[in-house]
Amino acid sequence: MNRILATALTEFRIALRNRWVAIAIALMAVFALVLSAAGSAPTGDLGVDRLSVTVASLTSLAVYLVPLVALLMSFDAVAGEVERGTLPLLLTYPGTRAEILLGKLIAHLGVLTLAVVIGYGLAAVAAFWEDPEAAAGLPALLRLTWTSVLLGATFLGAGYALSSLSRRPSGAAGLAIGLWLGAVVLYDLGLLAAVVADDGGWFTTDLFPFALLANPADAFRLFNLAASEASAAAAGVAGAATSIPLWQSALSVLLWPLAALAAATLAFRKVTP
Amino acid sequence: MTSTLKISELTKTFCGVKALDAVSLTVEPGSRVALLGHNGAGKSTMMKIILGLIPFDAGSVGVCGALPGSGAARGAVAYLPENAAFHPALTGEEQIGHFLSLRGESPKGARALLERVGLHDAATRRIGTYSKGMRQRVGLAQALIGRPKLLVLDEPTSGLDPVSRRDFYALLDGLAAEGAAVLLSSHALTEVEARTDRILILSKGRMVATGTLADLRRSAALPVTMNVSARNGYASQIAEALPGAIRVGADLRIACAQEDKLRLLASIAGLGDKVADIDVVPPSLEDIYSHFSRRDGQ
Repeated sequence: MNRILATALTEFRIALRNRWVAIAIALMAVFALVLSAAGSAPTGDLGVDRLSVTVASLTSLAVYLVPLVALLMSFDAVAGEVERGTLPLLLTYPGTRAEILLGKLIAHLGVLTLAVVIGYGLAAVAAFWEDPEAAAGLPALLRLTWTSVLLGATFLGAGYALSSLSRRPSGAAGLAIGLWLGAVVLYDLGLLAAVVADDGGWFTTDLFPFALLANPADAFRLFNLAASEASAAAAGVAGAATSIPLWQSALSVLLWPLAALAAATLAFRKVTP
Repeated sequence: MTSTLKISELTKTFCGVKALDAVSLTVEPGSRVALLGHNGAGKSTMMKIILGLIPFDAGSVGVCGALPGSGAARGAVAYLPENAAFHPALTGEEQIGHFLSLRGESPKGARALLERVGLHDAATRRIGTYSKGMRQRVGLAQALIGRPKLLVLDEPTSGLDPVSRRDFYALLDGLAAEGAAVLLSSHALTEVEARTDRILILSKGRMVATGTLADLRRSAALPVTMNVSARNGYASQIAEALPGAIRVGADLRIACAQEDKLRLLASIAGLGDKVADIDVVPPSLEDIYSHFSRRDGQ
């Protein structure tokens, strides 16, 4: 346990010096504030409180931004150690490789949590400023916060796995951007195209819900929109959100971080220094 | 006394090429063993196997009675990589503190360790600003953590100036006196001569020589060279008197086996005034090293 915490402390220091803490917080804060400013104009009489509307917009933001920040922080984790030549020495110290990854995860997840809490917190303050009834949206905000942290953990784990597989920072960066594009952007486009082409057939009714659950980013969006009172305020997968039971998307959100970490540990074990 | 490190018939093959071929060696507590060989001879491969970083194909390796890379072995072994590298954003103190924590010790001991290797003043500076020699000292400081039973040092003195090198060997002497076993590699015999108890020479993955420097000198049985300076005009007469002598300018050079040395000296002395001066040149350390590491017809 001490070894994990020592690694976490050192990694947090490195993140602080590399400006990752500042970058992550600034990114989340700026985007959250821009979203709540842009969303404040047209809503007026939707029948829901300000904060719930903000949460719906933040969900769409987080689904892109959280995986991106997580991958940017993690792609260097193993490949960087290989390139600097620090890995062989580290591996001769007592402790397992899983402990090394866990220490890095705690540090990186800490940075991400800090950024998410500050970003969402600013958006919440803005919502309360305009609407005294905004307290009704607090449960949704809380849910968004912890699922964002889990989504971050999933992509941090995926980043460590890619970092171990490629063993070169440049290769790992390419793979990370590829994963982000594929999982967050292209996956949804592909599904959309398939649904349109299928025209209400077997794919749309049977496979489509599972395809959504199989992607951590989609499961995150589904869970937050389905659980939120304000799903009507969000476009896109809102329709699908109602047809999939809440426990299924919750399970996907909970299981993905574990699967990603397991994959990262397996990949890291295969790295010979 | 049980050996700290015991390797027998160790074999490792990379893509059909034998990096290590049935190598056996033991290192006792308190002894300093130098592993010599040129690039690609198998030194680093052997060290990585001892550290448990890479698997091996055949033979057996025991580190303090445990398997290499096991928890018990890692707890007892310290390693100094060939080019010690650390995260440039950390200070020397933070880096050593981290390594102390990994070994279950208080990170507060970092200052004292850095002081021991002469890095006290730079402890709060980032490692990114250090010179190569300073990074090597950080590497040495981390190898001193927690009284290791075995130190595996990969070319530890490369990048150190002569004074630092002497300090380094003084540190090693202290560790060995406390009972630590030391295995260090080098590609220069001149660097390790006086400061190690035993020398092992690897060539193409095979152990070609082992023993003290005196043992190696004896078994190599390399010829002694004598440089004879002649007085003006006597060079050709001396050359006639000494069959096998080669003219080098105004001087003569003659080589002979160790056991013929005194006889040859006597006959040169018998030439009297014709000889102006004589130098006896024993085989150099580099000659001995080349003799063993190139025996395979290189």
